Order: sequence, then C-alpha cells, then structure tokens
Amino acid sequence: MGLAKRIIPCLDVDNGRVVKGVQFVDIRDAGDPVEIAKRYDEQGADELTFLDITATHDNRDTIVHVVEAVASQVFIPLTVGGGIRKLEDIRRMLNAGADKVGINSAAITNPEFVREAAEKFGSQCIVVAIDAKRVSPDGDADKWEIFTHGGRKPTGIDAVEWAKKMASHGAGEILLTSMDRDGTKSGFDLALTRAVSQAVTIPVIASGGVGKLQDLTDGVKLGEADAVLAASIFHFGEHTVGEAKQQMASQGIEVRIT
Amino acid sequence: MRHVAVIDYGMGNLRSVSKALEAVAENTAVHVTADPKQILNASHVVFPGVGAIRDCVAELTRLGLDDVIREAAQTKPFLGICLGMQALLSHSEENGGVTSLSIIPGQVRQFDTQRIRTENDFKVPHMGWNEVQQSGSHPLWQSIDDASRFYFVHSYFVDPEQASVTAATSQYQHTFTAALSQDNIFAAQFHPEKSQSAGLQLLKNFLNWDGQS
Repeated sequence: MGLAKRIIPCLDVDNGRVVKGVQFVDIRDAGDPVEIAKRYDEQGADELTFLDITATHDNRDTIVHVVEAVASQVFIPLTVGGGIRKLEDIRRMLNAGADKVGINSAAITNPEFVREAAEKFGSQCIVVAIDAKRVSPDGDADKWEIFTHGGRKPTGIDAVEWAKKMASHGAGEILLTSMDRDGTKSGFDLALTRAVSQAVTIPVIASGGVGKLQDLTDGVKLGEADAVLAASIFHFGEHTVGEAKQQMASQGIEVRIT
Repeated sequence: MRHVAVIDYGMGNLRSVSKALEAVAENTAVHVTADPKQILNASHVVFPGVGAIRDCVAELTRLGLDDVIREAAQTKPFLGICLGMQALLSHSEENGGVTSLSIIPGQVRQFDTQRIRTENDFKVPHMGWNEVQQSGSHPLWQSIDDASRFYFVHSYFVDPEQASVTAATSQYQHTFTAALSQDNIFAAQFHPEKSQSAGLQLLKNFLNWDGQS
C-alpha cells in the first residue's frame, strides 16, 4: 500500500459565504465556510480548496478571515485560489493558514511569477490552475486551449504544453478544469486529464463536470488523475466524501478511509 | 504552564503548526518566535519548515538560530517537521548541495524525477496521504495505529547513516525514512499539523513527552 488518491471538495467563496450556482437553478448560498469545511473534514476529505470569487477588491480581506477561521479548526491541507497576483498575496494566504495557493490568470500574464513564487515559497505550495477548452474539430487529433475570464477569452495557448511549462517553472501541482464540462455534471474530460497527467511529472487534480460518484473513479482510473476535485455533488448532500471513497475503493483505487 | 516554542525563521506556514498545537495543548502557551532566549526557555521546541534548504540554512545562520537549534536539540523535547527534519541532517542534495546542521548524521536525497512511470504512482513531489509504518515503540506513537496515513508533501527524503534512528518508514518509489528519533529529538517528514486526528495525536504526544524514549 502506498500513496492514496485524494478527494478534494471545492468551496466557492463570495463575501465570506460558500456559494454555488447549480445549472439552471441559481442557488446562491450553500452555507458558512467553517461549518462546511468541518463537515467535509469529518467525512474524510483529503484536502479543501477555496476559490475566492469575490469580484470587488475591497472584499478581498474577507477570504483571509475565512482561511484563518477554517485553519484554526480543520487540520487538513487548505488551498486558496482566486485573485492571487503578487508574492504578497501568497504570503498573506500562507500566513492566514493556507498551505497552497492556486495561480491562474497571473501565470498567463506573467509566467515568471510562477517561478518567483516557487523559489520564494517552495513548489509544494504553488498550484497552477488551468482552464482548458477543446478546440479540435471532431475527428481531428485532440487539442485543448487555455481560456480566461470564465471560459470566454481564448489565449491561443495549448493546454498540454502550458502544463509542461508551468511544471518546469516550479509548479508543484496542476489543477486542471475542463471549461466544456464545468457545471454540466457529465463527467471529467478524461482525454484532457490523461493528456496532461502523462505530459508532466507533478500531480494533476482533475476538475470540472462531476455529476456522479463514478465520475470521480473514472477521473483516477481513466484520466490518470492524482486527485479529483468536485463541488456541487457534495454541497447539497447528494453524496458524502465517504461514499465517494467507498465507491473508489470498491474499484481498486487506494484511498484514505477515516 | 508549559511553554512550547515554534521556531520562526521566516519560512513556511507557521500558523498551521501553531494552530494545531493550540488545538491539542492544555496548560500550554504556544510562542511563534525567533528569540533565542524564548526558544531556550521553552519546555518543548518545534522546528517546522517548508521551502528550499539553501534559504532555510541561510536564514537560520543569519538569525543566529543554528546554534540555538543545536542547543535546544540536545536539551529538551524537540520536534522537527518536513524541512525542519531535513535540516537536522549533515548534507542535502537540494540547491546543488547544501551543508546542513549535522545534528543527525546522514544525507537528504531527491526522489527520482526522471523515473519512467508504468503507473501513475510516482510523481514528484510525493504529495498526499501515505501509510507510515512505525519502526518500533516510541512515546510519540502512543494511541496512533501502525500504518496510519499522514499527509506528505516533499521532493527530498532523509537517508540517515545509522538505521537505528529511523522511527518510521513509508513507501514511495522505494522505502524511505518517514520519521527519525535520536535521544530527545523526534522528526517527521510528514506534516502532523495537516494530518487530521493522527497528526493531532502525535502533537499531543509530543507535548506530553519528557524527551526520554
């Protein structure tokens, strides 16, 4: 027995509350971050990811308080993404109790930022988040491109090549989201996940599209992901993290059972 | 009232360590500090760390904490975590080769990053929850099941000269030393402060430890 595959619930945080828009039904408020984090911890979550979706600069401090509050009660790794643009942003999050930060658009604007961050704080805390969309027509060889602004703005950057570049710049992990699948509940883009996972020697977290427990298992077995991230499947009590792990274990995946 | 000092040399996530200690500490004050006097007056000393070894050793030297650590590691219950464990050895391969504190003879080596994967199992960093096989009984393993999972995140591992200091092993690419003990020193490659109930139990055991094994 060795290293376990990880399940990572993701909490979108807006102004200090966990929110999640479910497709077609805009349920905004999913609860208090500390309460939700504690619940996932009790269910056996291996890590937690907080995504700060707060639009206004003034409210950025709120996420720091959320991280502080969670970190004093939940003793598993915490990742914070959203609005991480400067070394100072990283330092603040780590001081608040985060273990890793997710860097997305700042890496595209300035790839050297990832190198500086890894040199300053260590690769172990630098997660590069990649939002990718399939751009190859049906029948052609698979090709995915990085998109920004919630999937609206193409960058012309090839997703697999970008993952390799970010790994060589010192990223410790890749958080890979399929913009085609995000919110659709139709499962991960397994070809994308596998392509990136095979291209890099750092761990890859699959994200975007989980609608049922089998999707998580498929992400590991077919997508070759090292960890799987999901939000709505856990938020509204459809499934617990424990159920997900039982399901994965029953199909031969090594997981941490608590 | 016990006083535990968490050595602050400007690296890593000290809040995680201090918060976890506070969660298990009874009648204990937790000080995050770079003050030599406060460190040497504490009943227990924790030496955490994440990041790169060259900066770690350089900062310790600049702050005059290298000798403080050597003294504390000889005189009171002392817990090294992750980079704080690696820094106790003689030498690390990281950053082109760095001479470390030489408190425990041995080397720090890198996992093989070029290894061809047949499965998806050997990415570097070694990141996540792995089983920790206890090498023998030790006060810090009290009430922790053998083969419990702890959270790891590292690309380098310790290779002590004397096998007798190995307090636990884990499997990743090969068997490696996951924890060390030598007299009043205990050190872990994993992060007890991020390892949920097993990790909190280890920290509690440390605070209750008198330094005798």
